[in-house]
Amino acid sequence: MSKKLSVQEIILTLQKYWADQGCMLMEAYDTEKGAGTMSPYTFLRAIGPEPWNAAYVEPSRRPADGRYGENPNRLYQHHQFQVVMKPSPENIQELYLGSLEALGIDPLEHDIRFVEDNWENPSMGCAGVGWEVWLDGMEVTQFTYFQQVGGLEVHPVTSEVTYGLERLSSYIQDVESVFDLEWGNGVSYGDIFKEPEYEHSKYSFEESNQEMLEQMFNDFEGEATRLIGEGLVHPAYDYILKCSHTFNLLDARGTVSVTERAGFLSRIRNMARKVAKAFVEEREKLGYPLLKNSEEGAE
Amino acid sequence: MTHNYLLEIGLEEIPAHVVTPSIKQLVQKVTAFLNENHLEYDKIDHFSTPRRLAIRINGLSDQQPDVEEDAKGPARKIAQDADGNWTKAAIGFTRGQGVTVEDITFKNIKGTDYVYVHKLIRGKKTKAILPEIKDVIKSINFPTMMKWANFDFKYVRPIRWMVSILDDEVLPFKILDVEAGKATRGHRFLGHDVEIKNADEYEQKLREQFVIVDAKERKQLISNQIKAIAETNNWKVTPNLDLLEEVNNLVEWPTAFNGSFDQKYLSIPDEVLITSMRDHQRFFFVRDQKENLLPNFISVRNGNDEYIENVVRGNEKVLTARLEDAAFFYNEDQKHDIGYYVDRLKRVSFHDKIGTMYEKMQRVSSIAKVLGTELKLDSKTMDHVARAASIYKFDLVTGMVGEFSELQGVMGEKYAQLMGEDPAVAQAIREHYMPSSAEGNLPESTVGAVLALADKFDNIFSFFAAGMIPSGSNDPYALRRHAYGIVRILNSRNWNVDLNSLDLDVEQQLIVDNTAFGVDVTKNFDKMLQFFNDRIKQFLEHQEISYDIIETVLSSTQHDVTRLIESADILAKAKLNEDFKNEVEALTRVQRISTKNDVSDQNLDVNPSLFENETENQLFDQIVSIEKDTSDSITKLFNSLVALAPSITDYFYATMVMDKDETIRKNRLNMMTRLSNLIFKVGDLTKILVK
Repeated sequence: MSKKLSVQEIILTLQKYWADQGCMLMEAYDTEKGAGTMSPYTFLRAIGPEPWNAAYVEPSRRPADGRYGENPNRLYQHHQFQVVMKPSPENIQELYLGSLEALGIDPLEHDIRFVEDNWENPSMGCAGVGWEVWLDGMEVTQFTYFQQVGGLEVHPVTSEVTYGLERLSSYIQDVESVFDLEWGNGVSYGDIFKEPEYEHSKYSFEESNQEMLEQMFNDFEGEATRLIGEGLVHPAYDYILKCSHTFNLLDARGTVSVTERAGFLSRIRNMARKVAKAFVEEREKLGYPLLKNSEEGAE
Repeated sequence: MTHNYLLEIGLEEIPAHVVTPSIKQLVQKVTAFLNENHLEYDKIDHFSTPRRLAIRINGLSDQQPDVEEDAKGPARKIAQDADGNWTKAAIGFTRGQGVTVEDITFKNIKGTDYVYVHKLIRGKKTKAILPEIKDVIKSINFPTMMKWANFDFKYVRPIRWMVSILDDEVLPFKILDVEAGKATRGHRFLGHDVEIKNADEYEQKLREQFVIVDAKERKQLISNQIKAIAETNNWKVTPNLDLLEEVNNLVEWPTAFNGSFDQKYLSIPDEVLITSMRDHQRFFFVRDQKENLLPNFISVRNGNDEYIENVVRGNEKVLTARLEDAAFFYNEDQKHDIGYYVDRLKRVSFHDKIGTMYEKMQRVSSIAKVLGTELKLDSKTMDHVARAASIYKFDLVTGMVGEFSELQGVMGEKYAQLMGEDPAVAQAIREHYMPSSAEGNLPESTVGAVLALADKFDNIFSFFAAGMIPSGSNDPYALRRHAYGIVRILNSRNWNVDLNSLDLDVEQQLIVDNTAFGVDVTKNFDKMLQFFNDRIKQFLEHQEISYDIIETVLSSTQHDVTRLIESADILAKAKLNEDFKNEVEALTRVQRISTKNDVSDQNLDVNPSLFENETENQLFDQIVSIEKDTSDSITKLFNSLVALAPSITDYFYATMVMDKDETIRKNRLNMMTRLSNLIFKVGDLTKILVK
């Protein structure tokens, strides 16, 4: 059997594969976020009539999932490989299965299934319909047809394929713990991430400054709201992402009461809805440039 | 000559639980479609897999039958002018009917001549009608619908292909960008695209492409494969029809296999192991011949047995990771005591508009105290109830229930035992969720039954008080199920709880206990009594008690579930007696005269010195003796009332209640009302239908 792919080889393979399918290779977006869906390359681009095909790796921070680097499968920060295609191609499932083959996973040698799993992120006003993909019983990919983003009904529909890179790599490299993965050139995942995992867990659960975080949330919210008013959609969106991450830190600390929690989430949702509307208006004013490009390309 | 028509809708993977209801719906709608179009056929076969819904209509007639009919037109005086010429009205009518004035005949109806034409409507060719089946396809309802690509049309999942052939001929139609034709798709990995050349070869063609389209056959195959593995290994598999159904709708070509996990995980409670295997991984768990859970499982692959070792290993690895997590939670959770978890419930919401779980437990403690007192429980049981009520939601904040929410209650019992609680308390924690469905099992222990009642009463009290009252099909907090559970528990234990005084008792207890969050339980209470009456009605209907008896007991002055049900049973039995008619007539006469002359709020003293005949004395003595009986037995009360029938008849024969003298009249009405009040404890007998 050939040498097992390292994490970076898996990423390179997926990038090459999806680039060949017409996706732009984007870089990770540089603001903290809980999932690749929250990158503007998905959240904002899923809104409105313009086509959009992109693929990127997104480091995703979930403070409450931190386990001090002691749990073999749970992480403060994991990596998603995100593919979004809009409008959803007719053969998106086949394209996805092709990507597994590109990674050396022959469907005839495994059991691959699409098991219903509808996705929802109420705090961002998002909802979609789809599956989790099981590879020999392990969930390796989330597969979603967006129906609503930022509280807006989408048209056309974006298909989103999210690979859990650690899960998929653990399967491909056949290791019990993510920390035993080979990232590349003989360096292990643990060599790179074990210490940060410990420190971020310690920070999130024990050391974070609650008052400061609450103050930051208020400031970020104020700034986001002001910027939406100014029509500065992208800076406003950055501050919404910051709000979301700040809330996640507060939540991990376990000090947010039930009522407060609902309050925070509804504040984020309100901003997400406003920015979604503002983004559509901005694109409309610009005359939907990507729509023109695709029409010209077709001629 | 008859035909066979095949329709297949090819979809991206349909959710497993949606497949069977959807194919049923398709068959129903196709049946209706054929009937509406007067198309005759022998039978409809149906096929379903995760990726396809298909039907074959066998023995279809070649065309609709011809229909002959007479069409009525305008009256003769409108159809013809004075000279006998055809008017515009007549010409228009015949044109509309596709005939000419030449075809007109007249028929006389009630003295007036009317225009008639006789028509022969030729049946349309089946071939011409069938493509309209497209609208049937589009009309299926699914629990979750989605849109895709550039379309606005919503369906369960994207439609990717369709087959529509009559015998060997394509009947084309189009939905969105998909043209119906001959081509279908085989198994995702083992099969290929293939053309169905004839409607009859559908099953065989797809079998060659590794798809078993007949859901029943596929299910039987899975069942046999599982049995074979179990037999080889000398294992016992508990039949699980729901899981079998789900697995069946996740595969097109099933191959069962077995795997194992490390013995060491058997120290985790069975319920956790079973949940991990059955609910999370859709595995069948197995036991040895002595019913001990084994570190093995059976699962089903969507494919053949080649490289099955990869599939086994992968599934084992996933299960191990889950069990490792479970073992971690099991150990971590035991590092704290119950007090720690109870304290954390102060931060867990029961409902935004109502309060926290901790506050709920306090209310439930007070309600349980009221119930315990009313039910005259002994002090030991009361102590257990009090302890259980003060902690019973603690497992909600354990790591295990956080990960395995379906184990709420089950883990509560386990942990409570491990943490030194009395077994009665631990058991009640598990049992308070019962019954978990309309006809589900009831709590076995007394403590569990009281806690289940208190918890359910609190759900209903608090949601009603917060204005969230179920209406129509809208009952998001399953309050109807909770109320029905209360009815069943009270009845099965023969417990008497007066719903009418419960709210005040609870309110007082909440004040005494100084409970942190006192819902104003009297708010909307009138609506709650009606709500419970509806559940009692549902219960009695389930017992096949006739409608008039249900109405009768629900109109009684009692609000005690158990007594109402008992009354219904007694009446249902009594109704079979020959004397029943006479007895009921006597008693209803009393109820009528009392209701008609409403004396309810007044002093009901009866003065025997005003009696004018012996029947008055006789009846009054009997009424007083029934009133004195405090045994509270409905059966006894009813029997005594029925026994009064001859005295009542004698009384009315000898006595004029509505006497001219006001004092005498009032005295007699008071006596009638006192008797009527006794009868109303059973119900308003005038509602009973007697032959």
